[in-house]
Amino acid sequence: MASLIRCPHCGARPKEEFTIRGAAVTRPQPDAGEDAWYAYVYLRDNPMGPFDEYWHHTSGCRRWLVVSRDTRTHETYGVRDAAAVAGESRS
Amino acid sequence: MRYSALSVFLNGLRGNSNWAAAWRQPEPKPHYDVVIVGGGGHGLATAYYLAKQHGIRNVAVLEKSWLGAGNIGRNTTIIRSNYLLPGNNPFYELSMKLWEGLEQDFNYNAMVSQRGVLNLYHTDAQRDAYTRRGNAMRLHGVDAELLDREAVRERLPFFDYDNARFPIKGGLLQPRGGSVRHDAVAWGYARGADERGVDIIQHCEVTGIRRENGRVVGVETTKGFIGTNKLALATAGHSSQTARMVDMTLPLESHVLQAFVSEGLKPFIDSVVTYGAGHFYVSQSNKGGLVFGGDIDGYNSYAQRGNLATVEHVAEAGVAMIPSLSRVRVLRSWGGVMDMSMDGSPIIDRTHIDNLYLNAGWCYGGFKATPASGFCFAHLIATGEPHATARAFRLDRFRRGYVIDEKGQGPQPNLH
Ligand SMILES: Cc1cc2nc3c(=O)[nH]c(=O)nc-3n(C[C@H](O)[C@H](O)[C@H](O)COP(=O)(O)OP(=O)(O)OC[C@H]3O[C@@H](n4cnc5c(N)ncnc54)[C@H](O)[C@@H]3O)c2cc1C
Ligand SMILES: [Zn+2]
Repeated sequence: MASLIRCPHCGARPKEEFTIRGAAVTRPQPDAGEDAWYAYVYLRDNPMGPFDEYWHHTSGCRRWLVVSRDTRTHETYGVRDAAAVAGESRS
Repeated sequence: MRYSALSVFLNGLRGNSNWAAAWRQPEPKPHYDVVIVGGGGHGLATAYYLAKQHGIRNVAVLEKSWLGAGNIGRNTTIIRSNYLLPGNNPFYELSMKLWEGLEQDFNYNAMVSQRGVLNLYHTDAQRDAYTRRGNAMRLHGVDAELLDREAVRERLPFFDYDNARFPIKGGLLQPRGGSVRHDAVAWGYARGADERGVDIIQHCEVTGIRRENGRVVGVETTKGFIGTNKLALATAGHSSQTARMVDMTLPLESHVLQAFVSEGLKPFIDSVVTYGAGHFYVSQSNKGGLVFGGDIDGYNSYAQRGNLATVEHVAEAGVAMIPSLSRVRVLRSWGGVMDMSMDGSPIIDRTHIDNLYLNAGWCYGGFKATPASGFCFAHLIATGEPHATARAFRLDRFRRGYVIDEKGQGPQPNLH
C-alpha cells in the first residue's frame, strides 16, 4: 500500500495516521425494512479489485474519508471526504 | 501403496527411486456425482471423507492453482479446541479427536505434535475470561488447565514476567493442542482421496456455475465444462468470488494475515504460546525455525501480502514477551487471504440452491478445523443433513440473530 495517503484536508500524510473501518456501505433509512438492514449490517460485496472503504484520519483532522483502493494490489487511487460522498449520493 | 517403516527402509535401500506418485494427474471426466471447488485442506478432506465414510467416489476436486497453494500451505499450523461457545466447542473438539487418529487413518506422517497451547494473561480481567473459557472447555470434556505465574515461569523461564505495562500473570493451557505439518495434511488427504477414486484436478479454475431449472448442473472451468449432481464450494478466501457466480452475497470479507519464520535455532520453545496483550503467537518448527504471527492487517485484500505496520507490531509484541527474540533473524514472511466472517465463526451449510453446498468463513483458524470441516461437510453433502457438531454453522444465522461471536466484537471482521 502507498506509504502516503492524500487527505483532502491535510494533504499527503503517512498511512499509519489512518484507521481503516471497512466497506463504505450506505446506511439505510430507519424504516427501510429488515432486508435492507440485514444487508447493511452483514452482507458484503467483498470485491476483488476496485473497492471504496471508510478510513478515519485518526491522527490528523479526524474526518471520515472514503478511500478508493484496489484489493488485488493495495494501490489507492482516490480519497474523498465521507460527508461529501454522502452528499453526492443524496442529491 | 501402503506406507510403513518397512517400505521406507526398503525404498531407502533402492535409493528412493521407486516411490509411486502419491496421486494421479487425471483429466476431468465429463460428469461427477460431486464436484468440490478448491483443493485446499477443507476441499481435500471433504473428498476424502466422502469417499471413505460415505462411499461416494465419483468425485472431483478442482483447484485453480497447484495443490496446497492456498492457506493450507500458508498457515502457522496450530491446532487447538479451546473454544468458549457451545456452537463452536464440540466441533473443534471433534477436529482434535480426528487429528489424534489422523495419521493412522490416512496412512501419512503429518507430524501431529500435541505439544500444548498456552494463552498468556496479563490482567485480572483476562484471567477471569480465561477461567471462564477453561471451565466451559472442561464442561465439554476438553482438557484445560489454568496456570499461575510461577507455573508459567517454570515452563518458560526466559519470558519477560515484569514488563511494566503487561506483566505475565499466568496462562490457560490446553495440553492436547499443538501443531501439525500443514503441507502433509493436504498431501495425506489428497493421497487418501485419490486412492479411493477421487480425481484431483490441479490448474483448473472454476469461472462460472451453470444452472438449469434452479439447480446446478455443472461448472465452467479453464478445462471446459464439467457436469455434476452436487456442487460444493470450499474456496476459503475466495468464497465471495465463487458465491457471486450464483449471485449470492456472503457475510464475509477477505483479509490478509501475515506469518513469519526465523532462522533455525536450537530447541528454544517447546509449546505454542500466545501473548495476551497485543497479538503475537509463536512455536518452533521441527526444523528449528520460530514460526510466528499476529493479527490480520485489518483491511480487505486479495493480494496475499501485507504491510510493514503489522510486521512492526508483531516484532514489538514478540520482543515484549520474549526479550531474547530481538537477536533472532527473520528469514521469510508471507501472507494469505482469509475469509473473515461477520461473527468470526465458519459456515457449513446448504444454500438457497438445492444441490449447492457452502463451506466458508474460516477466518484465521481454519487449519485446526480441517479434519472436522471435511468430515461434517461430507456428511452434509452425502446425507443432506448437517452433522450434529456443525449444526450451528448455518448461513442464515446472521439474519436470524444466532451469531457465534467468540470475541464479542460484533459484525466487524477486521476486529475478529
Ligand atoms: C498466515 C496464516 C496463518 C494461519 N495460521 C493458522 C493456524 O495457526 N491455525 C489455524 O487453525 N488456522 C490458521 N490459518 C487459517 C487457515 O490456514 C485457513 O482457515 C484454512 O487453511 C482455510 O481452508 P483451506 O485449507 O481449504 O483453504 P485454502 O488452502 O486457501 O483452499 C482454498 C482453495 O480454493 C482455491 N480456489 C479459489 N477459487 C477457486 C476457483 N474459482 N476455482 C478453483 N479453485 C479455487 C484456491 O486456489 C485454494 O487453493 C492461517 C492462515 C494464514 C493465511
Ligand atoms: Zn486529514
